Amino acid sequence: MAELTFKDIIKPENLAYTKSKLMTDNVMHYCPGCGHGTAHQVLAEVLEEENLQSKTIGITPVGCSVLMYNYIDIDFQEAAHGRAPALATAVKRLMPDKFVFTYQGDGDLAAIGTAETIHTCNRGENILILFINNGIYGMTGGQMAPTTLEGMKSSTSPYGRNVSTMGSPIKMANIVAMLPGTCYVTRQSVNTALGARKLKRAIKKAVQYQNEKRGTCFIEVVSNCPSGWKMTPVESNKWMEENMFPFYPLGDIKVPEEK
Amino acid sequence: MTEEIIIAGFGGQGVLSMGKIMAYSGMMQDMEVSWMPSYGPEMRGGTANVNVILSDERISSPILRSFDTAIILNQQSMDKFEHSVKPGGTLIYDSNGITKHPERKDITIYRIDAAEEASKLKMMKMFNMFVMGGFMKVKPILKTEYVIKGLKKSLPERYHHLIPMNEDAIKRGMELIRKV
Amino acid sequence: MEKELRLMKGNEAIAEAAIRAGADGYFGYPITPQSEILEYLMEANPQVTTGMVVLQAESEVAAINMVYGGAACGKKVMTSSSSPGISLKQEGITYIAGAELPCLIVNVVRGGPGLGTIQPAQSDYFQATKGGGHGDYHLIVLAPSSVQEMADFVEMAFDLAFKYRNPAMILSDGAIGQMMEKVWLKPQKKRSEEILPWATTGKPATREHNIITSLDLDPERQEKFNQKLIAKYREIEEHEVRYEEFMTEDAEYLFVAYGTSSRICQKALQLARAEGIKAGLLRPITLFPYPKKRLNELADTVKGMLAVEMSAGQMVEDVMLSVNGKTRVGHYGRMGGMIPTPEEVVDNLKTFIKG
Repeated sequence: MAELTFKDIIKPENLAYTKSKLMTDNVMHYCPGCGHGTAHQVLAEVLEEENLQSKTIGITPVGCSVLMYNYIDIDFQEAAHGRAPALATAVKRLMPDKFVFTYQGDGDLAAIGTAETIHTCNRGENILILFINNGIYGMTGGQMAPTTLEGMKSSTSPYGRNVSTMGSPIKMANIVAMLPGTCYVTRQSVNTALGARKLKRAIKKAVQYQNEKRGTCFIEVVSNCPSGWKMTPVESNKWMEENMFPFYPLGDIKVPEEK
Repeated sequence: MTEEIIIAGFGGQGVLSMGKIMAYSGMMQDMEVSWMPSYGPEMRGGTANVNVILSDERISSPILRSFDTAIILNQQSMDKFEHSVKPGGTLIYDSNGITKHPERKDITIYRIDAAEEASKLKMMKMFNMFVMGGFMKVKPILKTEYVIKGLKKSLPERYHHLIPMNEDAIKRGMELIRKV
Repeated sequence: MEKELRLMKGNEAIAEAAIRAGADGYFGYPITPQSEILEYLMEANPQVTTGMVVLQAESEVAAINMVYGGAACGKKVMTSSSSPGISLKQEGITYIAGAELPCLIVNVVRGGPGLGTIQPAQSDYFQATKGGGHGDYHLIVLAPSSVQEMADFVEMAFDLAFKYRNPAMILSDGAIGQMMEKVWLKPQKKRSEEILPWATTGKPATREHNIITSLDLDPERQEKFNQKLIAKYREIEEHEVRYEEFMTEDAEYLFVAYGTSSRICQKALQLARAEGIKAGLLRPITLFPYPKKRLNELADTVKGMLAVEMSAGQMVEDVMLSVNGKTRVGHYGRMGGMIPTPEEVVDNLKTFIKG
C-alpha cells in the first residue's frame, strides 16, 4: 500500500474526525492536552445532532472554561463564580422548552458554588450540569481544589494535600446522587476516543431526560490539567488513569427507571 | 379633620387588627388613612402598638410622637404612652391589669372595662371590638356601617358569619365606655 | 378594567404591583422586614394566573443570580431583600450592571452595620447610589415615600431598567414596607412575549449567537465599555431626574429628605411654618440620578439646607456636591432603627438656623 501523504490525509473522504458545525473557528486558549477542548467538541456534536442550536442556552463558569462562549456557536450567559446553576434555574423556569446546561469546573461547582449545586439538584431543576473535574484550579495557576487528591501537590498544597488540615477530596457526583431531585448522575472521561463516545451517549441521555422533565442530570467528566499538574499531556493522562480514576471511578452512579 | 391615634397593648389583644379595621373603615369613608405598626419579635407575646391616622387630607408623617387619642390596653403601654397624648386629647384605657391609673388633668380620660365584659359574655375574641365601639362613641369619626363594610372587605369570606357578632360588640362597647 | 383600591402594606403593594405589571419572575429569600413580598407572591400564586415564576432561593446570592439568568433572557425579573441580604447580593448586582441587564432589586432597608436591627433605616444610601459592588457602575435608584409609590415605582423601575438596560433599585425602608395605606392598583398587564434582540433565547439562523457577560480581558476594550456605561449614566442624569417640592416658593430654609424622612419632614414643615419659620422641602424621588440642578438653583434663594436622614449622614454629601458651597448645608440623622419625630426635626432646624 502506498504511503499516505499529508495532502491525502486531510482529504474530506479520509477524515475520521470532523469539527462540529457548532464549533467556531476561534483559536482555543486551552493548554495542549487539556480535556476541555474534547469535552466542548463532544457537547457541540450532541447539540448539532439533536438540532438544539436554536433551543439551547449555555451557562459558563468562572475558571478555565470562562471563555467557552467563544468556541460554541450558541447563546451563552457568563455566570459569577459558582452561580451557574442559579442562572440556569431561572432560565429553565422562565423558558421551560429550551435546553439549558451549565458547564463548571471543580472550584466553581464544588467549592464556591456548593450551595447552588446542591439546591439546584435538590429542587430537581430540569437542566444538565456538566462538571469538569481535574482536581486543580487551572486558570488561577494550579491551586488546590476541593477535589484535589490526598497527597497531591498544588501551589497552595506544596507539600501535598494534608487531609487532616485541608479536608478530603469531595465526591460531588455521589453527593448529588443522594438527592431525590437528580435523575441521572454519571462519571465519564475524555482521555480516549471510547471515553469521548461514552460521554456523548451520556449527554444524549441528558437531553432526552430534560425533554421528559425528569429532573437534574449531572455528568462529571474526570479530566486532566497538564499545566497545573506540571506534566506532559501523555504523563497527565497516565497519572489520571492511575490516581484519579481509582478515587473517582467512571460509570453511572444513578440512572432513572426507563419509561 | 385629622385624627392621630395610637393603640398599644399586648400582642394577642388584637391591637394591630383593631388598627387595621379603623384604617379599612376610614378608607370606606373616603378618608386618607395610614397604619404603622411596631414590628419584629416584640410582636410575639410582648407589647404591640400601632399608629393609625385618619384624615381628610394627604397624610404627612405616618410616625408620630404625640397623639389625639391613645387607646391603652396594658400597664407597660400606659407607662410609655400616657404622656404622648396631646394636651386636650383623649386617653381610652381598659382597666384590666392596670395598677397605676392615668393621672393627667389636661386630657379627657375614658375607661372601658372591655376585657371584663368580653370574658363575662364569653366573647374574648371580640375584646378589641368592644374597645373599638368605645372609641367610636367618644370620637364619632367612623360610622358603624362603614366599619361593617371595612370588615367585609378585610375579612376572608369564611369569617363573614362573625360580622354580626362584631357589630354587637361595637354596640356594647359604646354603652360600656365611661368618662373618668 | 378599572383601578382597584386596597389597603395594603408597602411590601404587599410591591408584590401585587409586580404581578400586575406583568413581571415574569421573582426570586427571593426571607429576611425581616420584607418577607411579606415573598409570602404575598407565594400565596397569590401568579404562576397559574399570569405565568409569573415565584421561587424561594437557597440564599440571597442564589436569588440575585437567578435574576441575572432571567434578565439575560430579556425577562422582567426581580428580587427583594433587606440590608444584610442586599450586601450579599452585591456580587450579583455588579455582574448585572456589567452585563447591562435590566432588572428590579428592592431594598427594604433596616439599620446596620452587620446584622444591625430589623427597624427602619436609610443607611444603605451610599451602597445603593454609589455602586455597592465593585467597579464603576450605578443603579437607577427610586425612593418611594408611600405605599402608593411602592406600587407605582415597580412598573416605573422596570420601564427605566429596560429603557437603559440597567438594573434599577427601589430603595425603601422598614417603615414604608410595614405601613398600610390606601393604594390604587393598576389593572393587570399581560406579560410581554417580545423576544429582545440581545437576549439569550436560543440562537436562530438569522443572527449571531448572543453572549451575556461582564468579562473583557482586553483593557482597551474594557475601558471603552466603561466609557459607554458612563455615557449611559450621563444620559440617565439628563432625562430621568424626579423630585417633589413642598412650599419651596418662599422657603428660607429647605429640608432635603427622601422616603420615610420626607414624610416626617412634611409634618415638620407644617409645625415650623406654624411657628413662623419659612421652611420648605425638596424630596428626591430618584436618588440616582440625583436632583443636583434643582438643588443648585434653590441654593440661590434659601439661607440653608438641612438634610434629614435615618443615617449618620450619607445623602447630605450629595446635597453638598449639588450646592457646591453656595449655601450652608446641615445634617440631622437618627440611626440604628430610630425614626426622628417631626418635633425633633423642627428643634434641629432651629438649632441649624442659629448656626
